Amino acid sequence: MTDPFKLWSYLASGPLLWLWATLIAYWIGDTLFKLSGRSPFANPVMVAVVLLGGVLLMTGTPYQRYFDGAQFVHFMLGPATVCLAVPLQANLPKVRKALLPILAGLLAGSATAIVSVLAIAKAMGAGPELLASLAPKSVTAPVAIGISQSLGGEPSLTAALVILTGMIGAITVTPMLNVLGFRDWRARGFAVGVAAHGIGTARAFQVHETAGAFASIGMGLNAVLTAFLAPVLLSLFG
Amino acid sequence: MIPALSLILACQLSGEILSRALMLPLPGPVLGMIFLLVLMSVSEKIREVIRPVALFILQHLSLLFVPAGVGVVAHLDALREHGLGLAVALIGSTMLAIVVGAAVFAAVAKLTGSASDD
Repeated sequence: MTDPFKLWSYLASGPLLWLWATLIAYWIGDTLFKLSGRSPFANPVMVAVVLLGGVLLMTGTPYQRYFDGAQFVHFMLGPATVCLAVPLQANLPKVRKALLPILAGLLAGSATAIVSVLAIAKAMGAGPELLASLAPKSVTAPVAIGISQSLGGEPSLTAALVILTGMIGAITVTPMLNVLGFRDWRARGFAVGVAAHGIGTARAFQVHETAGAFASIGMGLNAVLTAFLAPVLLSLFG
Repeated sequence: MIPALSLILACQLSGEILSRALMLPLPGPVLGMIFLLVLMSVSEKIREVIRPVALFILQHLSLLFVPAGVGVVAHLDALREHGLGLAVALIGSTMLAIVVGAAVFAAVAKLTGSASDD
């Protein structure tokens, strides 16, 4: 019989095991999500990340080795972003009717996301590098990393902060806006797309198709606006 | 399936090329989304080809964030170092941005008479 340690080190160093683990962890997360009656607190991304993070820590597997396998799933983020054109196209008449609310909501949501995170973090003692890494936290990861770099932040830390922001937005948006009595699916979706990018957008699609389409727009527009706003607003906290 | 995937990747590829060539602040996939939107707006045939494949991919959009999400464990030390402050900043700011964004959107929609249909 093969030495189980050798077998493990063979499997742990190839992409197959970690690709499989990613699918299984998400499957568990998605099953819990459905069992919980689609509760936002059983967010499937968060469940899968906690499970996989635990496995990596327990087995001492470096993230890079995990990612060698998981990159096949990660790669699909790009094509999936392109595919957001489909719900967007189906909702184009609604979007045309809401141009002014979209622009106003974008400016307000984007500026609030940047200023509030900088103000709170600074008040709690964050240094300039952490502030620069935090400023683009509401923007989709590839853009946020670019912005963070140009501001003097730590790009890989920004990637982690972006993901945490997305999960926080996806978990809090539904209960919070229900309590506050927001009924307009366009406003609800758009706001979570601006504040919590793709993970918020994925959540919006779970709730309502119109919300998902408006979240996609919010995510796309905020990627552009934050590239312009973040340097200006960060300089106020220098 | 194959024509749809080819077209989706072609849009992304064009987006990447344009984004790099003109050094735009928009990432390739977001430009690709705009290209696909234009193509679908002009052609019924493209809409029919793309729709089922795109909806299948989008149905599992959350899954695609898992590999990047696990990257958080690679930064546990940095995150722990700023633990409480970081948690308060991220949670507070994200919730505030959602409420302000939704409130301003809804208020301007009301002012301009742009009612939602559903």
